[in-house]
Amino acid sequence: MKILPILMITLGLVTAYTTLAEQTVNTGGLETIRGASTIDQTRKADRLKRVIKDKNPIKRNYVHQPPVIPHQIRGYRVDTNSNKCLTCHGWKYAAETGATKISLTHYESRDGKTLSEVSPRRYFCSQCHVTQADAPDLVDNTFKPIESLGND
Amino acid sequence: MTKESKIKNLWEYLRSPSSAALWFILAIGFTGGIIFWGGFNTALEITNTEEFCIGCHEMKDNVYEEYKETIHYSNRSGVRATCPDCHVPKKWTHKIVRKIAASKEVWGMLTGLIDTRDKFVDHRRVLAEREWKRMKENDSLECRNCHNFEYMDFSEQGNRSVKMHSSALASGEKTCIDCHKGIAHQLPDMKGIENW
Ligand code: HEC
Ligand code: HEC
Ligand code: HEC
Ligand code: HEC
Ligand code: HEC
Ligand code: HEC
Repeated sequence: MKILPILMITLGLVTAYTTLAEQTVNTGGLETIRGASTIDQTRKADRLKRVIKDKNPIKRNYVHQPPVIPHQIRGYRVDTNSNKCLTCHGWKYAAETGATKISLTHYESRDGKTLSEVSPRRYFCSQCHVTQADAPDLVDNTFKPIESLGND
Repeated sequence: MTKESKIKNLWEYLRSPSSAALWFILAIGFTGGIIFWGGFNTALEITNTEEFCIGCHEMKDNVYEEYKETIHYSNRSGVRATCPDCHVPKKWTHKIVRKIAASKEVWGMLTGLIDTRDKFVDHRRVLAEREWKRMKENDSLECRNCHNFEYMDFSEQGNRSVKMHSSALASGEKTCIDCHKGIAHQLPDMKGIENW
């Protein structure tokens, strides 16, 4: 009898197909500040923001805030071979380039020892200092900057 | 024999039938010269393209890949600077000198001087220093072929650019390559280099 196996296979395929089709996918449906996104879909990328090109220093909001970068840093490499930021912000060159000197905290190691070179934990500048873009705030912020830093 | 009679003698000789061989040689030399000259210039043209430069994997896998991320490969105006724009002088005489110097690159390829990424990275400081020296000596001629200081509009440039361009550059104290190292490729270890 050859008809039996064929019958079995067709039946099996049909049931498999219907059960698969019935299964609903849990899409996540997470609502984030970037909008809703589901895992079975690729969200359209936001438009790239423009980095502010070259501005005077931007006021700080609190003491010990790492100041934000008021200029673009495209192509500035910071790696084992070179650190572009320090060619302007290092103490040797700051006067000539008009850049703010890195503060002495950048020479301190984790346990408070002062080193003769920029401390390894402060070597990768963009870990703490970031550029600014002309983008709207994603969340409301009621933080009031302190007055003594020249903010009104 | 006086000078005049010498010239007269030569003239007589050139008019005589026995000078035919000399004329023949001159003619061959002349046409040959033209053909050679043309071929030479064509060869120069071909070797002056980016495709030629990145025909060698030494150039393609290292410097070209890095350069693709930089402003001279893609920017808002879509104007590109290719390898020869920055590395081969426009002026004919300078070009010939650079081409002859570049023959050592073929030797470098044959001997596998920089045929792996590691070897290239190890050797990069030497190569970069040669380029810096060359550009320093010609006052960054290649940069200036495109970027003319005379036509830089300071009101369009950023604060930082204006500060440096109107001082050290305008006075001639420094040239482009003094401040713009690493504009198209990654840098070697910069220890001990002025301003780094
Ligand atoms: C070509 C020189 C140059 C380079 C390179 C450079 N900067 Fe600056 N930077 C300046 C100047 C000049 C200022 C001061 C603002 C002005 O007048 O435009 C500044 C301002 C800043 C400030 C704000 C300081 C303050 O007091 O508010 C930060 C932070 C900063 N830069 C970080 C960086 C980082 C991080 C890098 C490397 C990714 C970098 N900079 C590379 C020149 C430079
Ligand atoms: C671990 C975080 C961190 C890293 C990494 C770091 N900074 Fe800072 N930076 C700070 C903080 C916090 C401040 C403000 C308080 C202070 O001076 O320590 C600051 C202040 C500064 C200032 C202003 C100094 C002043 O006198 O007001 C400059 C300029 C600066 N940093 C540049 C740099 C550069 C250039 C690098 C990379 C070599 C770098 N920073 C790396 C955290 C960091
Ligand atoms: C035959 C393969 C090959 C081609 C084609 C080639 N290069 Fe190179 N290039 C090399 C090698 C190998 C070196 C290392 C030479 C050395 O150090 O002796 C090198 C070195 C260089 C250097 C370093 C500076 C120097 O003087 O050593 C520059 C710049 C350079 N090449 C640019 C170019 C440009 C521009 C072109 C196209 C016009 C090009 N190369 C085409 C193989 C090549
Ligand atoms: C073939 C012409 C050409 C040559 C040669 C050339 N450049 Fe450029 N350069 C350009 C163009 C085009 C731009 C991008 C303009 C734009 O759209 O902003 C540019 C941009 C720049 C910028 C701006 C970078 C930025 O982030 O805004 C600098 C700095 C620069 N070039 C320096 C140099 C130096 C240094 C050299 C010589 C080693 C050089 N250029 C050689 C055409 C050239
Ligand atoms: C004394 C140092 C110095 C010299 C010399 C110098 N530059 Fe600059 N240049 C800078 C600095 C600093 C900036 C701004 C920071 C940056 O773009 O990294 C700049 C920015 C630029 C820009 C972008 C301008 C803008 O604001 O959009 C161009 C293009 C440029 N330089 C080309 C050149 C050329 C071409 C030469 C040689 C004729 C030259 N520079 C010589 C320091 C210098
Ligand atoms: C905008 C100008 C510019 C363009 C375009 C450019 N270079 Fe360079 N190149 C330089 C400068 C400047 C150096 C000197 C080292 C440095 O500052 O990075 C250099 C260095 C090199 C070196 C030596 C090794 C090194 O990284 O220092 C090689 C090899 C090289 N270039 C090949 C090429 C090739 C191949 C291309 C085309 C894919 C190319 N360059 C495009 C400016 C340029």
